[in-house]
Amino acid sequence: MELALFVAQWTMRAERELEGMSQSYDANRWKRVDDWDARTLRLDRFAVEDPENGFSAFSGSADPSPGVGIKAGKVVSMDGVPAEEFDLIDAFIATYHIDPEIAEKAMAIPSVELARMLVDMNVPRTELTRLARGLTPAKLAEAVAQLNAMEIAFAYSKMRARQTPGNQAHVTNAKDDPLQLAADAAIAVALGFDEIETTMRVARNSWSNALACCIGSAVGRAGTLFQCSSEEAEELEIGMAGFTSYAETVSVYGTESAFIDGDDTPWSKAWLAAAYASRGIKMRCTSGAAAELLMGFHEAKSLLYLEARCLCLQRGMGSQGTQNGGIDGAPLAASMPGGVREIMAENLIAVWLDLECASGNDARHSESDMRVAAKVLPYLIGGSDLICSGFGSILKYDNSFNPSSFNGEELEEFLVLQRDFEADGGLTAVEDARALDLRRRAIDALSHVLKDLGLAEATEVMKRSVAVASGSNDTDTFATRDVGLISDKIAGDRVSVLDVIRSLHRGGFFDEAENLLFLVKLRVSGDYLQTSAVVRDGRVISAINDPNNYTGPGTGHRVSEARRQELAAIRDVLDRDEVLRAEAASEMGEAKAIRYHSMGAADPGTDPTEIVVGVSPGFGTKIFRTLAGHRLSAVQRALKAGIERGGGTMRLVRFWHTADTSFLGLSAARLSGTGVGIGIQSKGTAVIHQKDRRPHNNLELFSNAPITTLEHYEMMAFNATVYARGKLPDPVVVPTQGEALGARFHARVALIYAIETDMTEDGATPEDLTITFLKDS
Amino acid sequence: MADTPLTARDYPIAETSPDDVTGNRGKALSSLTMEAVLSGDISMEDLRITPRALEQQAEISKSVGRSTLAKNFERAAEMAQIPQDEVMAIYELLRPGRAASKDSLLDVAQKLRDELNAPLLADFIEEASRFYEMRGLFQKRY
Repeated sequence: MELALFVAQWTMRAERELEGMSQSYDANRWKRVDDWDARTLRLDRFAVEDPENGFSAFSGSADPSPGVGIKAGKVVSMDGVPAEEFDLIDAFIATYHIDPEIAEKAMAIPSVELARMLVDMNVPRTELTRLARGLTPAKLAEAVAQLNAMEIAFAYSKMRARQTPGNQAHVTNAKDDPLQLAADAAIAVALGFDEIETTMRVARNSWSNALACCIGSAVGRAGTLFQCSSEEAEELEIGMAGFTSYAETVSVYGTESAFIDGDDTPWSKAWLAAAYASRGIKMRCTSGAAAELLMGFHEAKSLLYLEARCLCLQRGMGSQGTQNGGIDGAPLAASMPGGVREIMAENLIAVWLDLECASGNDARHSESDMRVAAKVLPYLIGGSDLICSGFGSILKYDNSFNPSSFNGEELEEFLVLQRDFEADGGLTAVEDARALDLRRRAIDALSHVLKDLGLAEATEVMKRSVAVASGSNDTDTFATRDVGLISDKIAGDRVSVLDVIRSLHRGGFFDEAENLLFLVKLRVSGDYLQTSAVVRDGRVISAINDPNNYTGPGTGHRVSEARRQELAAIRDVLDRDEVLRAEAASEMGEAKAIRYHSMGAADPGTDPTEIVVGVSPGFGTKIFRTLAGHRLSAVQRALKAGIERGGGTMRLVRFWHTADTSFLGLSAARLSGTGVGIGIQSKGTAVIHQKDRRPHNNLELFSNAPITTLEHYEMMAFNATVYARGKLPDPVVVPTQGEALGARFHARVALIYAIETDMTEDGATPEDLTITFLKDS
Repeated sequence: MADTPLTARDYPIAETSPDDVTGNRGKALSSLTMEAVLSGDISMEDLRITPRALEQQAEISKSVGRSTLAKNFERAAEMAQIPQDEVMAIYELLRPGRAASKDSLLDVAQKLRDELNAPLLADFIEEASRFYEMRGLFQKRY
């Protein structure tokens, strides 16, 4: 008891003190900073530039000057290092990347001149890729560093290898649930992703993940390439069993120590590159800014210089492409000044070296949605072979790689950005009902194969829960342990893609069987091993048969009219019919709530208590609710109540010559016995006006209809009576919380307003109305 | 014709010559049908790329100035006939500290040249061995 009393007293005192504090003006910093602290941006940590310690985007303290020495057709020095001092990376680049035939000539071109050529639309891409074969890492880095972010973006768009842009999705989930993987893979395919990539929470589940995504990606259309990111040897085995068609886990690093710490050498990675090709599997390498810094082996060199080394290495290895642009190091790169510009610059080097570029935009570099959108924009509008090298097609928590820049949550934002800029980001909206059909189809196909091959049996509950689930938190499905057993059995039974094709066919999944056969046949010809290859409409397109030929406006990738229509077709788009349909639904309710009676032509009034309320042509005839959703009958009641509270008399007049709020108000005032009137549009925008004022110089304006309440209408009407008595009331303030009302309402506003203006007629006579409120109002 | 290197005009070869492109047992791409799969006539070997297809892809990449990619395809053409275990064993040996000395890499190179008909891969391993020695990569790491 005593304690409780003490606590109560103490709490009261604390509250009083807190209250005092909040009213105190003695704070030692501006409160705006507290507001900033509360924003997600402030979850990002930023780092100071420190070139000695590897924190420099463009100018490391140990970055070398560009240079090359060629003797007897061999590189004898490169970027200030003589051949006998080459580390493994220098040695590999000098041996396999540098073309001695062109090196001296290319290196003699000043970097600023090379930079100008990159942004000169009259210099063809092929001339620049030819020169790049003779350029050293330091020279490539020095040249792109001359460009500002806009120039880099432009040069990237001109230099990327394949003309048609594309995109890649991550398909993973927190339970490694094969049913969900299949369903989500089918969705990724329907959205238009050219490639999908999976990985596992538990390494052992790799075969199960591969089978599930492989089947899911065969639903709906053929040709989506698929990879299962796992341990090198196993990944190749899964590929050889025919489940996967590409790989991008061949990571390279820009310093020898980081490379060796990654347990590889340029030669071992180049061996792997050939190994994938020898099995007919598409392959790209991976590198990105700040990987070396994260691993602790930066050698005081800049992010860009180290990346230039990585990229020359990749070209030297004969990799057709690269996953490049920060990648896992993107958040660290973005913590530095110029870090995001550097990420763009390294991507530019990649395409200058004629590599396919899966341009990062995967590992989310910021908690700020704004920083994320700003970073992706150049790639969206300029195009990229694969804009995101992992767009999270699933929810953030289901992404086993880590959240991407864009995820299942933000997918529609990406679709809208495409629509805004009429830019082809590779994706197309999938209609609701179709999405569910595809998910069910994928789940059924996989469930059949699991049962048919004696791997597992999915229950109806599992299937149904997964079909409608947004993410794995919503599913009632296989336990992770069961997935391990499924995976072991696939590997143990040596199940191949042919077994899966036959099983699908047995189960009546004919299209899926055909789609899978199509995909696996790609490896026989090896056409998709060429630079930037993807499959579109059943055909391999690559930098060979779809080369980027940009040489200025009218060339390069252009959005066709058909594609433009697809980009425009997002969900839930408003049109005039939609507005009228919504109003028709309200009309019946209003018919039971209010009746307007026409009393003929309205003349100027003489009643000294009269406030004329002037309504627009569509008010209660075609439009029945304000933007805030108030029934117009309720608005009329509120106005009437307010006028009567002020001792006035309401007279209702409909104007047919205008639907403009100001003119409705002024016209009402001029008919009013007191000279004060209210004008109101059917969408709820209102004004108090006085007969001697200029049209747009009103007494009070209520422009924010979406947030105007019935109480506000009542107070407005009351104020009109105060003005009528020649007094000055407290103007009614409709408080805003900073809503982007234009974005929320203007499409509807414009449509409603067009409906109203269509009803107006020049010089039409106003009409007196009386209203009867019925029982439902 | 067979001696004329392919160019970008011959690409994609699956479209321009579906009867000439074959899997590893000589079955033409055009004969890899669903019926054949269902009847059990097709094995994974039939879906395996051949050295010839890889050489053709090398010719195509060379024709558009991608010499390094072409070289990778040429190495891959040699590797296509090497058993998987062997490919992975050599990969393992190329990783840092796996080979105890230059000789073990040179032994592999010799085998590639003499037994596996893979002179480009042999050169590649010999080159690696030279640089590994220069950089002291023959130390055990774990």
